[in-house]
Amino acid sequence: MELIRAERIGKTFDVSPPWLTRALAREPRLLLRAVDDVSFGIRRGETLGLVGESGCGKSTVARLVVGLYRLTTGTITYGGASIDALAAGRAGRALRRRLQMIFQDPYASLNPRWRVADIVAEPIRAHRLLRGRRAVQARVDELLVQVGLAAADGARYPHQFSGGQRQRISIARALASEPEFLVCDEPTSALDVSVQAQVLNLMRDLQRELGLTYLFISHNLAVVHHVADRVGVMYLGRIVEIADKRRLFATPRHPYTRMLLDAIPDLGLTGKARTPVAGEVPSPLDPPTGCTFHPRCPLAGDRCRREVPLLKRVAGVPDGAEGGEAACHAVEEGRDGASGRGV
Amino acid sequence: MSGASLLDVRSLRIEFPTRRGTLVAIDDISFSIAPGEVLGVVGESGAGKSLTGAAIIGLLEPPGRIAAGEISLHGRRIDDLPYDAMRKIRGRRIGAIFQDPLTSLNPLYSIGRQLIETIRTHLDLGESAARTRAIDLLREVGIPSPERRIDHFPHQFSGGMRQRVVIALAICANPQLIIADEPTTALDVSIQAQIISLLKRLCSDHGTAVMLVTHDMGVIAETADRVAVMYAGRIAEIGPVAEVIHAPKHPYTVGLMGSIPSIVDDRERLVQIDGAMPRLNAIPPGCAFNPRCPRAFDRCRIERPELIAVGVSRAACWLYPGAGADAGAQARAGAVR
Repeated sequence: MELIRAERIGKTFDVSPPWLTRALAREPRLLLRAVDDVSFGIRRGETLGLVGESGCGKSTVARLVVGLYRLTTGTITYGGASIDALAAGRAGRALRRRLQMIFQDPYASLNPRWRVADIVAEPIRAHRLLRGRRAVQARVDELLVQVGLAAADGARYPHQFSGGQRQRISIARALASEPEFLVCDEPTSALDVSVQAQVLNLMRDLQRELGLTYLFISHNLAVVHHVADRVGVMYLGRIVEIADKRRLFATPRHPYTRMLLDAIPDLGLTGKARTPVAGEVPSPLDPPTGCTFHPRCPLAGDRCRREVPLLKRVAGVPDGAEGGEAACHAVEEGRDGASGRGV
Repeated sequence: MSGASLLDVRSLRIEFPTRRGTLVAIDDISFSIAPGEVLGVVGESGAGKSLTGAAIIGLLEPPGRIAAGEISLHGRRIDDLPYDAMRKIRGRRIGAIFQDPLTSLNPLYSIGRQLIETIRTHLDLGESAARTRAIDLLREVGIPSPERRIDHFPHQFSGGMRQRVVIALAICANPQLIIADEPTTALDVSIQAQIISLLKRLCSDHGTAVMLVTHDMGVIAETADRVAVMYAGRIAEIGPVAEVIHAPKHPYTVGLMGSIPSIVDDRERLVQIDGAMPRLNAIPPGCAFNPRCPRAFDRCRIERPELIAVGVSRAACWLYPGAGADAGAQARAGAVR
């Protein structure tokens, strides 16, 4: 049963110069399509990871899902109801309580002038979940302990905590409204590895305990491999491949996914030959025609330069993981020569 | 291999005097780098890895100062040189690459002008010869159509291309040593892979030694010959890269390696080192890692361990008998490979 469904969502930003400048220079409007025709579903209790390089639109997707940005096209339904309701009225308030977000930078996402207890209590007060100071206080203490802090930490200010502890505070705040669904936008990329391990373990424990559903955004493939059940790979505003984690990492099909996996520094010291990665991500203001990956793709053909590939089902792997989908003409036509490619 | 080393750091101590007392950021570390060798320096934020690099190139920001120890290049001390003499070494014999390529370049000058200025400062070349060399350098670091790109400004380059320009600047006088401080941290994975292979190629072509400072163990695994793991201003472990990754000796290194998620394993949980690195004003007595160490015993809380040979690595840990005593002398005798 899908808890959340995004159907062909898109977000366009107007990045034009001011009206007068534009009129004087006779320039057209400049539109940036940050997210283009993206569809995915997340089942209850599942973690969907979204990976991609800077500027691929993954954070925009996160913000669209929690309603921080308005959709330009497409729909997102949450438990069957459209999230357009997020913006309005009582239904919006009820919906907002059920989904929360954890941000990347634990230094910027906590108000430095508030005590931790007030930060964590804010969602409880905003949604009027509990009445009375004492009840709120008890709940805040419970939340702080749940994320591995001490109840007494509530009296302190954010600057008195390390990065990892601050991210725990963010998590406690997100949990305060008893949500079912958490959108995590690079929650550990500002943290050192040993602290990252603490936070990832905590998030996994909380998922078990509370039955949470996660949308987990990261540029780090190893982190996504660790937390996600299914993984979507984004490139220039589109999902180019989405599949069960085991299938995606064992037999990546889209050439971009393969390139990303090959680019991960190899801790195993196996000395495996790397496919040299050519080129850089093109500007999203002026994306290439057809498949946006074609200028960097070793398999690109004429059709790739003309026609935008759509997500199509691909074969699964023997151990039972479903195949998922890839948006690639070469894969569709069997030109990738790797239907059984192992790593 | 003492005597043959290119860079020797001995008993280096860096202090920050503050109103509330002196903070010791680097406490008695010693290591050496052989010509053409890549030494990786890893550790978490605040371990002192960047500070060590800054001290070597003489760019320690006041009030930080070298309180004790020596840094020598080819057997000649460089830590006590006057400012002008150090300027001649920096760039000419030791190059530097920093994390953020945008702040390493002057936004007001074309990259050509910056390259030519650097080349002419260090090498005896005329304007047009320097320009030719600048174009060659840009070609060598993989910038397409360098004849045209040389007149462009830093903002006209992408992050990966800017880092290539910074590398060209660092190698323009053929230094024997490059201090690379988190050279790939600001870059995306695919670009990161390009920059790592570029650095590796340049170093083997020119026989340049590199001190690669990073928090990313993956980058070290791909690039370094040896690794030094730093914790709270000290070296916890130093050894050949394969040994440190596959058979870590110090409990901190063991935890650090286990805490890195990987795409090839299916562990339910990552190894977790509880707590955080101590602040400089609250470094615990004995081994600085003891409050977080799963194997700490009484001695760890009282006596500070020195680096001693453990197999082919060296670790500063009381789990290995014989630590202490003459370990400091051994550490100064040079690196064990």
